[in-house]
Amino acid sequence: MELLFFLLFAGLAIAGAVATVWMRYVVHSAFALMGTFLGVAGLYVLLGADFLAITQILIYVGGILVLILFGIMLTPPDRTERNAKRVIGFSASLVAIALFLAVQIGSVVRWAEKSNLEAPKATAAPIGRELLRPDGYLIPFELVSVVLLVALIGSVFIARRRKAVRVDDSSTAAILAERGTLQQKAGA
Amino acid sequence: MSASLALSLWLQSARLQQQTGAALGSTTAPDSNWTLDLLEWVRTSWLSTKLAGLAGMDQAPALPTWAAAAIGAGIAVGIVIGFVSVVAMFSIWLERRVAGRIQSRIGPNRVGPFGLLQSLADGVKLLLKEDIIPSGADRKLFVLAPALVMASALAMFAAVPMADGAGFTDINLGVLFIVGISALATIGVIMAGWSSNNKWALYGAMREAAQVVSYEVPLGISLLVPVIVGGTLELGAASRLQSGWGGSCWFLFQNPFVLPAFVLYFIAALAENKRAPFDLPESESELVAGFHTEYSGIRFSFFFLEEYAAMFLMSAVGTALFLGGWNFPGIDLLKGGWLIAAQLAVFVVKSMFLVLLMIWIRWTLPRMRVDQVMVMGYKYLTPLSLICVVGASVWEVWAAVPFHERPIWMQLFTPVLVFGVCAVLGAMLRKQAIESAAQPTTRSRIAPRAHAAAH
Repeated sequence: MELLFFLLFAGLAIAGAVATVWMRYVVHSAFALMGTFLGVAGLYVLLGADFLAITQILIYVGGILVLILFGIMLTPPDRTERNAKRVIGFSASLVAIALFLAVQIGSVVRWAEKSNLEAPKATAAPIGRELLRPDGYLIPFELVSVVLLVALIGSVFIARRRKAVRVDDSSTAAILAERGTLQQKAGA
Repeated sequence: MSASLALSLWLQSARLQQQTGAALGSTTAPDSNWTLDLLEWVRTSWLSTKLAGLAGMDQAPALPTWAAAAIGAGIAVGIVIGFVSVVAMFSIWLERRVAGRIQSRIGPNRVGPFGLLQSLADGVKLLLKEDIIPSGADRKLFVLAPALVMASALAMFAAVPMADGAGFTDINLGVLFIVGISALATIGVIMAGWSSNNKWALYGAMREAAQVVSYEVPLGISLLVPVIVGGTLELGAASRLQSGWGGSCWFLFQNPFVLPAFVLYFIAALAENKRAPFDLPESESELVAGFHTEYSGIRFSFFFLEEYAAMFLMSAVGTALFLGGWNFPGIDLLKGGWLIAAQLAVFVVKSMFLVLLMIWIRWTLPRMRVDQVMVMGYKYLTPLSLICVVGASVWEVWAAVPFHERPIWMQLFTPVLVFGVCAVLGAMLRKQAIESAAQPTTRSRIAPRAHAAAH
C-alpha cells in the first residue's frame, strides 16, 4: 500500500521534473514544476513529515510558483531557442545527476543505521518547541527572520526607487502583444 | 478530473497513514476509517454471504488492501463531490434569490418549490451546451485548469469536520492544510487565464494572483488568533474546545481579540474568493468575465461551482475556528445519531449564514479599484491582524491557565465586550437608517428634474 503511494508520488515528482526541463515553453515548465512540488509533498507525508509536506505546498506552490508565473508573464518572452545548446546541457545534466547520486548514496550509507527510527506522531508542536527553545534553534530562527526583514526592506526600496514597478494593465498589454507575435511565429 | 482524483487519493493516503499510526495522526479523533468499515459491513452482509454460498464459499473473500482502499477512497470522493455540488447549487440559488430581493425583483422561482431546482436545471443546460475550446488556446492547460480549480475545492472539503468524528480526514494540521491547498486554485486560475490566449482572461488571472497572494497574508495571520486561543491547528479539536457553557463557549467569547480577527478573516476571505467588493479578477464591466471569459459549458460550470464551494469552505473554516463549529446551546441534550445529525445541521446552518453575509455584501457594496484593494490588504488588514495576534497572545499569557479555570470576571469579560460592541454598532446603524429614511434621498431629488429634462 505504502509502496503504491510512494511510486505514485515519486513518479509524479520525477515526471514533473523531467517535464520542467524538456517543455518548449517556459510557462509549461513552470506548470510542470507544480507536479514536482506536489509529488515531493506527498513523499514528505509518507515520511511522516506532515508539517513539512503542507508547508511545501503552502510556500512552493502558493508562493514561489505563483511568483515564478508572475515573473514569466510580466517579462517579455525570451526569443532565444531553448534547445540551442543541447550537447552542453545534456552533459551538464549528466554531471549533475552523477553528483546528486553520489550525495544520495553517501547519505543513505550514513543514515542506514538510523533507518529503524520511529516516525513521529505529529511534527508541528515539536518543531515549534525546537524553534523557540533558547538552546535549540532560537538564534538561527531569529537570524533568518532578520535576513527576511532585510530582503523585505530591500525589495520595497527597489520598488520605490523606480516607481513604475507595479502590476498594471499596460505592462500586461505589452507582453500580450509580444506573445501574440511569438505564437504566430511558432504556428507558421 | 484526474488531478482531482489524484489529490483526493492523496488525502485518503494521509488517512491510511493515520490508520497505521504513522504520520498525519489526529490527536483526539477516533481513528477508524468509516469507508473501510462500510466495505467490511457489505462483505459480511446477508446478500454477500448468499452470493458467496452460490459460488461455493462459506463467506465472501476479503478484498486485498489496495482494492479496499481504492474503493473506500472512491466512496469518499463521491460523497465529497456530491456534497460540494449540492452546497454550491444551493448557494447559487440563494445568491440569485437574495440579489432579487435586494434589487426589488423576484429572482428564479419557477423550477421546483421557490425555484430551488433552478441550479440543477442550469447545470443540466450547461452539461448539454457545446464545449468550446478557442483555436488559439493552449489546449492541454485549458482543459486542465478547471479540473485543478475544482480539485483544490474538493481536497479542502475533505479536511473540514462537520460533526464530532464525522469529518473525512480530521488531520492535525487542518488549518494549515486548507490555507495551503487553496493555493492550488490560484495556480488553476492563472492556468485558465494564460491558456485562454485572451487579454481579458490574462488580466483577470494576473489580478487574481496579485490579490490572492496579498490577502493570504492577513488571512493566515488572522487565522492564527483562534489557533493561539485553542492551541491546536486541528479543526475538529478546535471545535471540541468550544463546547463549554452548554455549547456556547465559542472562541469568539474566549478572548477579546478574536472578534476583530474574525472581521479581518471575513474580509480577507471575501478577497480570497474574489467576491465583491474585491471581484476585480472578474469585473464584468472591464474584463468581460475575467479569467473564465473563454470557458463555456461544463468547464465554465466547474469554475462557477468552485466559487461557491470556496465561499462555503471559507465560511466553514470561520465557523469551526471562530463561531464554535458544531456547538450550539442545548445541543448536548441529544444523543447518538441525533447528536451527529444536529451537529451537522448546526455546522451547515452557521456556514450558510456566513455565505448569506457574503452574498449580502456583494449586492450592497460597489467594487473597489485595483490600488484600493492592495492598500486595503497591505496597509490595513495585515498590520491590524498582527496587532490581533500580539494582543491575543498577551491575553493568553496573562491569563496563564486554560479558559475554564480563569477567574469569573475574565471569562465574562469577552462575551460582554462582544455583545456591547454589537449593540452599540447596531444602535448606530439603526439611527443612521432612520435619519436617512426621514430625508429625501439623492435619487428622488434628482429624478424629477431628469424626467423634466427628457421632456
